Amino acid sequence: MKDWRYWLAEQRGTLLAFGIFIVMFVIYTSNHPAGFTANVVQTASNKGVLLAFVAMAQTLVVITAGIDLSVGMIFLLTNCLASWLVVGTPMQTTLGVIAVLAVGLLCGAINGAIVIYGRLQPIVATIATGAVYYGIGLLLRPFPGGSVNEDLADVLTGRVFGVVPASLVVLLAIVLVIWVPFSRSVLGRAAYAAGSSETAAYMSGVPIRRGKFAAYTLAGLLASIGGLFLTFFTYTGEAAYASGNSYTLFSIAAVVLGGVSLFGGKGSAIGAIFGALAFRTIGDLLFVFDFDPLWQPLFQGVILLVAVSLGAFALFRVRNRLEWFL
Amino acid sequence: MSETTLGGIAGRMPRFIRRADPAVLTAFACIVLLLFLGSLYSRSFLSPEYLLQQLKVASFLGVIATGMMLVILLGQIDLSVPWAVAAGAMMACAAAAYGPVGVALAIPFGIVCGMLIGVVNGIGVAYLRIPSMIITLATNAVAQGLMVVYTGGFSPQDSATGAMRYLATGFAIPGVPNAVIIWALIGAAMVFVLTRTSFGRTVYGIGNRERAAYLSGIDTRRVVMIAFAVSGGLSAFGGVLLAGYASKAAQSMGDAYLLPSIAAVVLGGTSILGGRGSYLGTVAGVILITLLQSILSVMQMPEAGRQIIYGVVIVAMLLLYGRAPASR
Repeated sequence: MKDWRYWLAEQRGTLLAFGIFIVMFVIYTSNHPAGFTANVVQTASNKGVLLAFVAMAQTLVVITAGIDLSVGMIFLLTNCLASWLVVGTPMQTTLGVIAVLAVGLLCGAINGAIVIYGRLQPIVATIATGAVYYGIGLLLRPFPGGSVNEDLADVLTGRVFGVVPASLVVLLAIVLVIWVPFSRSVLGRAAYAAGSSETAAYMSGVPIRRGKFAAYTLAGLLASIGGLFLTFFTYTGEAAYASGNSYTLFSIAAVVLGGVSLFGGKGSAIGAIFGALAFRTIGDLLFVFDFDPLWQPLFQGVILLVAVSLGAFALFRVRNRLEWFL
Repeated sequence: MSETTLGGIAGRMPRFIRRADPAVLTAFACIVLLLFLGSLYSRSFLSPEYLLQQLKVASFLGVIATGMMLVILLGQIDLSVPWAVAAGAMMACAAAAYGPVGVALAIPFGIVCGMLIGVVNGIGVAYLRIPSMIITLATNAVAQGLMVVYTGGFSPQDSATGAMRYLATGFAIPGVPNAVIIWALIGAAMVFVLTRTSFGRTVYGIGNRERAAYLSGIDTRRVVMIAFAVSGGLSAFGGVLLAGYASKAAQSMGDAYLLPSIAAVVLGGTSILGGRGSYLGTVAGVILITLLQSILSVMQMPEAGRQIIYGVVIVAMLLLYGRAPASR
């Protein structure tokens, strides 16, 4: 009796994000000219999965009460890198994929090292490293271009058995391989504990430094998986500053929609994934209702503003005014 | 100065050194180092004309960084700078298209638009208790959306008014660009507010511990809100000056000012956690960043290299003196 209540309370944010996504997706497909077909689902999932990976990356860092403003730039950098490396024979392609993922891991590790061992504030540190990653991406691809192994790209962006979008299958696999083991490991617990109360976690002998470092590093890896997928969808690499920035911004929106607390210690990557999918669907609603695409940035901005303001309702539950000031 | 130092070198120097912030000293030392390196590269680097030109370019960043510093002193951050700058510039230029009244009100109108963005930030941070980096990112996105809708996705065709051009490029006093004078005035006002008014002391107090400031009977939320409004207004004013300098507004004109303005404040020794820092440091940071940019562009470094060097320099300097205390 008690157990499922605890579970429900813990998963409330995730379930809410899931609910929002389902409602939005039903509105989206029922108004789409083509209706609920495998093609529509495939396109939607391909777009949503990109943001979902970046949002997962952001979640890992936000759980530790930090923030990573360089995820969008790691995403861009790995996209540019993949457009050089993920080509040729199957062997070369495999090595290329491994190299791209390794670079993502390295970027995340650099962020983690600077924030944890260098003891800098995550926000300034990741803005600065983001500039570096963007610069490297621009060095790799001063102009949009490059190519990718199209066989691999088509398999991963196509459909499995003609129905299920392959990108969703990959997303599920990544969740099972990275998120589930991490969140159940000692390091994952440490990341949650550090976000919840760093002092208390430190006093209890939780390995907070290693936990936070693992979170930042895995965030880099997840962002690079997103970058890899961007290359698979577009067949090119492009270092567009605005695109990297908006992915960072949307990842925060997705995390908030997904019920992850920006103060750390609460939420899950699953919620963030549904947050990302919901955010993408809401953004695309404009198209099925035939609005001018010019309105899309404003629309997405307003959604973000409303989403972050929803957290303010917690203020009504505050009994003591001093709790306003953290 | 020389008489007093002659009289008491032993008595005065230690106190002077003791009182000076090591971060500010480091920043000034880096400025000297950059000037030295630049002069090795090109003789004209130390000429008065070139230095004055640098100061003029620095003053745009200086105006924007002044607002950023006020917010950072509170322990918050303002990430809505890019589109507050662009909105200020675009709205001022847009107002100029509405006849002589519009031309006359162009500058105040641009600043008011920036202040509105700041007020939304302030309400979010002070009253709704949303983390500042989130709400300012959101208002930045909304401001961008509004500007995109307004301009139709292109850079607006309206051009800056004569007054805007005069403020940014004119010479009221021969030899001293107006932009530098404006920066000096705004800087002086900021120093006065921070050191001589209760508002300024409150800002430092909130930055140190908002709870304590609140319990001392200060309406901390109003102060936070005003600080954000001022930051938005100053960003927009920076945008107005930039539009006057380039004689028109552009879509992404503000993007190049977010990282530099934060970097200038933080490199100048202001603690990113709030409550500590001096305006002198921010001045040093602004000049340092501008000189760095200038040297990189004189060396014809491409954009990619500039971004990399930028990021590396900021992280390196912060690692030198911006670290948080170790947890224990």
